[in-house]
Amino acid sequence: MADVKFINLKKSYDETTILDNINFKIQDKEFAVIVGPSGCGKTTLLRMIAGLENITSGEILIDNTKVNELPPSKREVAMVFQDYALYPHMTVKENMSFALKMKKVNQDEIDKRVNEAANILQLSNLISRMPKQLSGGQRQRVAIGRAIVRHPKVFLFDEPLSNLDAKLREEMRIEILKLYQKLQTTMIYVTHDQIEAMTLASKVIIMNKGKIQQIGTPIEVYKKPNNLFVASFIGTPTMNFLKGIILFENQKLYLKSHDKFFFIPNFAFPLSDKYINKEVILGIRPDDIILDDSKIDVENKVEANVDVVELLGPRENVHIRLSSDKTICATSHSFNSTPNSKIIFSLNYPNIHLFDPKTQERIN
Amino acid sequence: MNKKLKPFFLHLFIIIAVIIATYPLIRIFSVSIRPGDRIISTDLSIIPDGASFISYIKLFKETYFLRWIFNSLLITFATSFIGVSLASTAAYAFSRYRFVGKKWGLQLLLLSQMIPAGMLILPLYLMIMKLNLINTYLGMVIAYSVSSLPFSIWILKGYYDTIPHSLEEAAMVDGANELQAFYRIILPLSTPALSITFLFNFTTAWNEYLVARVVLYNPQNYTWTLGLFELQGQFITQWGMFTAGSIIITIPVLLIFLYSSKWLVSGLTLGSVKG
Repeated sequence: MADVKFINLKKSYDETTILDNINFKIQDKEFAVIVGPSGCGKTTLLRMIAGLENITSGEILIDNTKVNELPPSKREVAMVFQDYALYPHMTVKENMSFALKMKKVNQDEIDKRVNEAANILQLSNLISRMPKQLSGGQRQRVAIGRAIVRHPKVFLFDEPLSNLDAKLREEMRIEILKLYQKLQTTMIYVTHDQIEAMTLASKVIIMNKGKIQQIGTPIEVYKKPNNLFVASFIGTPTMNFLKGIILFENQKLYLKSHDKFFFIPNFAFPLSDKYINKEVILGIRPDDIILDDSKIDVENKVEANVDVVELLGPRENVHIRLSSDKTICATSHSFNSTPNSKIIFSLNYPNIHLFDPKTQERIN
Repeated sequence: MNKKLKPFFLHLFIIIAVIIATYPLIRIFSVSIRPGDRIISTDLSIIPDGASFISYIKLFKETYFLRWIFNSLLITFATSFIGVSLASTAAYAFSRYRFVGKKWGLQLLLLSQMIPAGMLILPLYLMIMKLNLINTYLGMVIAYSVSSLPFSIWILKGYYDTIPHSLEEAAMVDGANELQAFYRIILPLSTPALSITFLFNFTTAWNEYLVARVVLYNPQNYTWTLGLFELQGQFITQWGMFTAGSIIITIPVLLIFLYSSKWLVSGLTLGSVKG
């Protein structure tokens, strides 16, 4: 049980900066998910917490103790590796008891804890098997078991589900969530999969190019992304972006993009003056494009053609062609769109996002 | 090729290879039990008329053969253990750490293997003489273990490279220090490569003649290679004892190979990481 704090953390190899100016705190018992594309530095950050990477400058505090100089073995953290890293010459039981043996815990206590973990993870009947005799999902469970027998202060997960197939990944995601609810320990989880981030996290840390882009609850980062990167990274299908010029006509604000006019309500854009006649980027999630006739804002409707329709079962993705080189995606539950037909839509105006094209930061 | 013919030719090839490999051994055995010290005979039977083990008995009774075997075993085992322990740690450093001269160091090791053994005799002799270790076991052990080190390091480094780093990292997060991670995780996983290296060191030291010739001069300290050639005189060679000795000295190597074959299984790392 511990909080983890990062103060001005920096990591660089020779001339290349991997992580820059990392400052944030993960509270005790929080499930923090660090998410970002490949190469954003998230795994390096996790390995620095574990003590597997040196810290170039700055500090990491675990439970208010500076751990910069502590070897991995003294940090009381447990880590689940992306490739499981099970000891191939040891049985499941030996794998799980290795850390306790290193700590010279007595055999009765080891047996107790291993059995307890095996029960939680449904590994009891596999306890004497070798790792090569296990399936991918079982190996993953052993790797998690190896971490939980230690009762560590902090759990570190390095993309633990990335090697599993889609179905198993979903199952394990729920298992991990259950485990978190049961253990109530600080967990730091690294992934490139934003769905994992959204479903597991109590706090999401979004990273790109070695920098933190946004920290917040899943709903905060979804509803109010700080910048274009976060907006495009979180959410599937991804947010639509329309580049255009803000116009002020008939006492109303519009965004003119691809020869179409998109109404911008005043409440959604209080800083309007500064941006009138300037270029901005409007972001709108597919779910916030209204296609349902009964809900369309008739005054501010837009007309266009349907490009293609993707049927996904409970809903469909309607791709709307705004111009020859621009389509936007809308989700629909009405199933009445056909390709090349005319379509009328409006935006769910309270939920529009506006970004400055130069700074890429949110401006509303 | 026809499905039935293929295994036939394959087996034919293997059988011919086995005959070529075992024929000299069989001939040597038949010479060793042949009466009278004759190496050449018109008799081609494997067990000749009047066969006896008299040469074997004479070998043990009239020469220091047992002593030579003991010397060879002592030097060979010491060489193999020292060679493997030095190579296993050095190779680990080459495989895992980044340090100045790593690339050059490895290439230099390889380069040293390209120098013919004969060229090393004089420098080795001078070095051992300076260390005052002429005619000692220690001198032999140093000479042997050092000369087989480069090859052993390369073999082991190559094997360590295939072991995922995450295994040691997992061990370190689990509470082991670097040394514990090495001998609890890496070494047990490297048994196939360690066995190969051990066997290589063993056979090299066991069969070595040139270095022994210059370092050892007291017949009591001879290894079996020197001892056997002792039986080869200028005018007369005791072929019976010579061949009997040759047969006996294959036994330790044979036993070592048989014993270590179970460690030579590959794929020990299967199942540890994704794949």
